[in-house]
Amino acid sequence: MMEQTKTPLAWNQDLDAPSSPRESRFRESYRLFMANRLAVSGFVIFLIFFCVALVGLFLTSGTEPIFDPAMVRLQEKLRPPLSAPNVEALTPGEIPALGIYLLGTDDLGRDVFSRMLQGAWVSLTVGFVAVGISVLIGIFMGGIAGYFGEKQVRSGHTLAVLFTGAGFVLMGMGMWASSFIFLAAGGGLFLVSAVHGPPGERNSGKAPFRALLSVPVMTVDTLIMRIVDIMLCFPSFFLILTVVAILPASMYNIMIIIGLTSWMGAARFVRAEFLSLREQDFVTAAKALGVGKFRIIFRHMMPNALGPVLVSATIGIASAILTEAGLSFLGFGVPPPHATWGNILSDGKRFIFDAPWLTFIPGIAILIVVLSFNLFGEGLRDILNPKLRERS
Amino acid sequence: MLSFLGRSIVQKTVTLFFVSIVSFLIIHLAPGKPSQIDPLNPKFTPEILERFQKEFHLDKPLYVQYVLFYKGLFTGKTVSWKDNQSVLKKIWIRFLNSLPLFIVGTLLTWTLSFPLGIRSAIHRGGIFDRTSTFFSYLLISIPGFFFAYVLIIFVVTRFHVPVIGMATFGLGATSWPPVAMDRVWHLLLPSVLGATGGIAILSRYVRSQMMEVEGQDYVRTAVAKGLPPDQVHYKHALRNALLPFATMFGLILPGLIGGSVIIESIFSWPGMGRMAYEAILARDYPIILTVNFVSAVLVLAGTFLSDLLYLLVDPRIRL
Repeated sequence: MMEQTKTPLAWNQDLDAPSSPRESRFRESYRLFMANRLAVSGFVIFLIFFCVALVGLFLTSGTEPIFDPAMVRLQEKLRPPLSAPNVEALTPGEIPALGIYLLGTDDLGRDVFSRMLQGAWVSLTVGFVAVGISVLIGIFMGGIAGYFGEKQVRSGHTLAVLFTGAGFVLMGMGMWASSFIFLAAGGGLFLVSAVHGPPGERNSGKAPFRALLSVPVMTVDTLIMRIVDIMLCFPSFFLILTVVAILPASMYNIMIIIGLTSWMGAARFVRAEFLSLREQDFVTAAKALGVGKFRIIFRHMMPNALGPVLVSATIGIASAILTEAGLSFLGFGVPPPHATWGNILSDGKRFIFDAPWLTFIPGIAILIVVLSFNLFGEGLRDILNPKLRERS
Repeated sequence: MLSFLGRSIVQKTVTLFFVSIVSFLIIHLAPGKPSQIDPLNPKFTPEILERFQKEFHLDKPLYVQYVLFYKGLFTGKTVSWKDNQSVLKKIWIRFLNSLPLFIVGTLLTWTLSFPLGIRSAIHRGGIFDRTSTFFSYLLISIPGFFFAYVLIIFVVTRFHVPVIGMATFGLGATSWPPVAMDRVWHLLLPSVLGATGGIAILSRYVRSQMMEVEGQDYVRTAVAKGLPPDQVHYKHALRNALLPFATMFGLILPGLIGGSVIIESIFSWPGMGRMAYEAILARDYPIILTVNFVSAVLVLAGTFLSDLLYLLVDPRIRL
């Protein structure tokens, strides 16, 4: 037996021996995933949506798009889906590329199919970019809280942050001279408190102000978790709405704001994973080998902590798409000439009894896409969580 | 126990303080001044602008504004910029309008999701379980505003009843039954909509909680010693599965003020959410900040309450 395990060839032959696991982790996950029909259908829908959004981006952008989402045909307004265009009333350039209005037209005679194609890309990018931002912030905050959690934040750091913050606020108010004084004081304090090491032998009996600066205030972990608590106190949709309304309307602002207000879940997950990973042997081994802190965090620990983050990110995309649609619906979304699913629905609500397709088409599209992300995310959760595995 | 309460209260006060600072900074450091809201309005002369700024301390430095605002809030003197009415009074009136929605929605959520979740946990993997799982994903994923229109179309074309607003204007009925029915119809749709997401999420949670308990040894023992299934499910399993939900009562508090901006604006329901929306449109900073502050207070009070309930309910936790 010992002989066999040493040579790779013999080990390969021995693959079916009962002592070794029959399947790799990946194959097992794949099998579990394929067994979950809802999750598979969610994934397939997501792939289709991705392709449609990508194709839609190419077909609807540029100066001469094949499907022009902004072309107004006032003589053809509120035509139901699948209706043929009235060719005599239109110039050749105005006839829709497919020959029929596949999904009807809206109150300005714009082709709903083109507009839906254009809106797909908005939903996709808002979902992915917003969640990307929130996951990055979450991993960063959670990683620091989980790995450096026991480190103390000392009074020097607190003062430095206070001074620097005050400096920036003063700068924002235009008081340059005093802002620079505050910024300099903050920077100086940072240097002083960063240079000196742990309090104890080295500092005792030395300059008293240094001892004053190194009074422990709280741990890094407490600090970050309190920030999370503060963020969780805000009513999220209301906060997003307020900030979006105050800032100039643009797609990028919406992505950034949704990202900045939804990182708390990811931070908590990463922190919890890190707290347990930190104590494990492979981390100790890496430390003993002299691997750098950040390499340990990102190369050794992060891949092990990504499972729950992936799940929450997938479900986060669903809720970001819903939030964007809600904002568009209230009129705070992507500015008007650009179509999004939310504002197609919002424009169509005035004709709800005459042209119900203007409400149903974008509504059902949002529903299907969000549902696919939710199902896929839940499927992932089942795969990654050994406790919930149905067959083991 | 007492020290836990004390620490918790101190911590939550500090959190609240920072929330108040952050929300104040977000509002005031964002580009665009409330005084510039309508530059084309001919009545908005520089003199009026100056008086407006003086009136609401907008010419003072930011930290003075902060202190003055929260001092005003706690003494009840803060007024809305739009109509000079007391902010707290305005919020209170709107709160009373939102209250029926909240109560009916919460009742629907809590009465429907438990039977659903328990049944699908007991018949795990069966047809009922799979159907209810699919429907709960459907309800989580459906955009509220779309669902609202679907329901409006359905109810209005099928039952021919008005649903927008709190009551039919100029109904003119003298006896109470038609008036009451009218109110019920108006209340029904928005509260059902408010409850759907909650039912979907809570029933999933009940299901997973129940399933976890059903896998415990004492449940297997109970089955093994030949107890009737109902007694096992509802007496042995359910009682233990209920534990986390006692604490969730605290977490419904924030829903009191959250309202739903979207649903209340669709149904023209003069509640909190719609007031907040109107305040955002009008850049009525005192209202926005107060709504934010009150909802932060409710979130913190809710978590405090749920911690407390956990202490009372779970004998394993002793502080």
